[in-house]
Amino acid sequence: MNQPIISIKNLNLYFGKQHVLKNVNIEIPQNKVTVILGPSGCGKTSLLKTMNRLVDLHENVKISGQVFLDNEDILKDNVDITRIRKKMGLLSQKPSPLPMTIFNNVAYGMRINGIKRKRKLRPLVQKHLIEANLWDEVKDRMNDPASRLSIGQQQRLCLARGLAVNPEIILADEPTSALDPLSSTIIEKQFVELKRDYTIVLVTHVLRQARRIADYIVFMYLGEVIEQGPANEFFENPREEKTKAYLKGAFN
Amino acid sequence: MMRRIFKIIEERFFYGLMLASTAFLVALLLFIVLIILYKGLPSLSWEMVSQTPKGGYYFGREGGLLNAIIGSLYLATGAVVIGLFISLPLSLAMNVYFRNNKKLVNAIRFVLDLLWGIPSIVYGAFGFTIMIYLGIKTSLLAGIITVSIFILPIMVRAMDEIMKQVPLTLLESAFSLGSTNTEVAFKVVARQCFPGIVTGVLLAFGRGIGDVAAVLFTTGYTDNIPTSLMDQTATLPLAVFFQLGSPIPEVQSRAYAAALILTVIILLISVVTRFLSRRYYKTSIK
Amino acid sequence: MYLKARKIKDRISGGWVQLVLVFVFVLPLGILASLLYKSWLIMQTTGIGDLLFSSVWRPLAGEFGFFPFIISSIWVTILGLLITAPICLFTAIYLTYYGSNRLSVFMRPVIDILAGIPSVIYGVWGVLIIIPFTGRFLAPLFGYESTGFSIMAGGLVLAIMLIPFILNILIEIFRTVPVEQYEASLSLGATQWESIKHVVVRRSFPGIVSAFALGLSRAFGETIAVLMVVGNVVGVPENLFQPGYPLPALIANNYGEMLSIPMFDSALMFAALILLVVVVFFNLLSRFVIIYLEKRQ
Repeated sequence: MNQPIISIKNLNLYFGKQHVLKNVNIEIPQNKVTVILGPSGCGKTSLLKTMNRLVDLHENVKISGQVFLDNEDILKDNVDITRIRKKMGLLSQKPSPLPMTIFNNVAYGMRINGIKRKRKLRPLVQKHLIEANLWDEVKDRMNDPASRLSIGQQQRLCLARGLAVNPEIILADEPTSALDPLSSTIIEKQFVELKRDYTIVLVTHVLRQARRIADYIVFMYLGEVIEQGPANEFFENPREEKTKAYLKGAFN
Repeated sequence: MMRRIFKIIEERFFYGLMLASTAFLVALLLFIVLIILYKGLPSLSWEMVSQTPKGGYYFGREGGLLNAIIGSLYLATGAVVIGLFISLPLSLAMNVYFRNNKKLVNAIRFVLDLLWGIPSIVYGAFGFTIMIYLGIKTSLLAGIITVSIFILPIMVRAMDEIMKQVPLTLLESAFSLGSTNTEVAFKVVARQCFPGIVTGVLLAFGRGIGDVAAVLFTTGYTDNIPTSLMDQTATLPLAVFFQLGSPIPEVQSRAYAAALILTVIILLISVVTRFLSRRYYKTSIK
Repeated sequence: MYLKARKIKDRISGGWVQLVLVFVFVLPLGILASLLYKSWLIMQTTGIGDLLFSSVWRPLAGEFGFFPFIISSIWVTILGLLITAPICLFTAIYLTYYGSNRLSVFMRPVIDILAGIPSVIYGVWGVLIIIPFTGRFLAPLFGYESTGFSIMAGGLVLAIMLIPFILNILIEIFRTVPVEQYEASLSLGATQWESIKHVVVRRSFPGIVSAFALGLSRAFGETIAVLMVVGNVVGVPENLFQPGYPLPALIANNYGEMLSIPMFDSALMFAALILLVVVVFFNLLSRFVIIYLEKRQ
């Protein structure tokens, strides 16, 4: 296994009195699809939101432990959060296009980061829409509001928007749960394509999806990491009892 | 690098502005209440709340504000009672009787929004034209009617907000027991929403008791406590308004006393409302 | 028998409900009709153009030009809105996106009480605080002489009264912005303020516009508090530190003489009619702005 891009050490997360993540230790390999797997309510989403520090928005949050991204602890107080977040594109459960045109959705992140000229933006927007496999469908209506796209297209638009800030990692929180099977397949295919240039962390509770695209698996249950390892080992020879039970469908 | 610094400055600057305006709001409330207390307390005495104006009152001689206090209570109570007879059926109509008729319900809400936006001085003028037309003199009754129309949209809105939240399943189960519309409306919905209705009533009472513009034309002003609906009446806000305009310092200070009494009534209503709505959220079926 | 009694009860209360329904739909028409009816006389004799744009106000001579009052109303309203707008926006954003739950719980009664304070109390406070503040501090600051009773004082008092009204609507509107969009913007590396500026404010723009339109219509009709501080001198004010005489104050101040001067009552009802039309117009406008812009988004 090559050098991990994210390594999480002894992470504990509390919402008020609720202990959401219990002593989590994870290493996420670079340029691979890592799937965080587990039944709903196991803390997968909270883990993801800790990685780009969106948990900061919650109230009464207590975090301890360390999350290293490129050997830098991002949980330290003096870290520039916006820089950290820029390194990770987030894809949420329900696509959340911003209230503006298709073009401006993709250009948004670049504008925030200082690229303002349309002449410079146009080819970049095109490039990222191609990366997200959406360009052909929207190239003639770049000035339509993003809300007019289908849900599946919206999710790919969000992907393109995330890619546009040149992240190293793509965090995806059950990105296909709101989509039809066809749109889901397109997104999954795209992830496999994208892992050449990006590291992908995908949260899901769909076992089949994990089988289809995972290189590395982290299995979580009730806030704890039960087992982690390369995907084929995980599916062929699970070590833990809980994992075996889960693979047999006991928790669904 | 420069851009990052600029961003941080911008963020901090607006954060500061937001913090300042929020703090300003709290300070403002304190400031207003404290000034009213500071000016009103020295001139508030037992005489003020227990006596009506005596001869020479408006030149600074003896007397109190009892006429205005009682007048205000009569006026607001009467208006709320009449308002209740219209607003309760109306909000029940929207949430029980015509629940399925979305068009009608939306039309009612639209008209109510419209009425809600009309300033009280226009209601006053309207009340005045009606008075002239019907040949009624300025009186407690005319005031009550005008104020009840003016607070109607406030009451309906408060009740409607609460009744909207009654779960459909509750209605369905009541209907499936064979209840008539009226029984569902008054026995189930109105009872379930009782604290909400009281909140609406209190809110409207506060509005009614504090308003000047609607009663200016309609109630007249007298130093006596009204004994019938056809008598003229004083009200607290009118007492504040008239006495503040007096050049005599003693009379002016009585305006401050009246303002203080009015403020205390409003604050009391607000406390009770808060208490009730908190209890409501504990006891209602969700 | 019992069933029959129940049915009858249902009939009666159902009938009352229908009566009330009719009343509610007739009421706004009735208000409009009665004001139109009363002001018909003066519209006939003077003509609407002269009424609205003449500055000659001599009730005893039968000359009624409302221009000074209309201008005063417009000045006071715009000034009040301009002062209140940033305060409301910043506070609403702070409470929805920065403040803790505890702060919201604490601020709720503060806003509610501010909203519940009667306008005559704001008037008293204005006379005690805003008048000296305007006369002794603000006016000299801008190089004017003023007693304090002025358009500026009216605008300030109005701004303060509008805060709870507009703030409540804005908070409601910001709550409807989906958190996902806000988070999406943050995860693209935007700062909190950038996300608010580009996503939250943009998304709720129609709502913000309509909140201020509603505030405007509320401001235009506000009577007593403004009347108490604005000076009530007939004439077109040349600057903000001169006294003004808005329409609602005109009506409120003259109800006593209304019936003793011929046509005066008709004139005042015309003033009330102007208020009604303006207020209803802006209410409708705010509604249509929301519908139109939401369709476009």
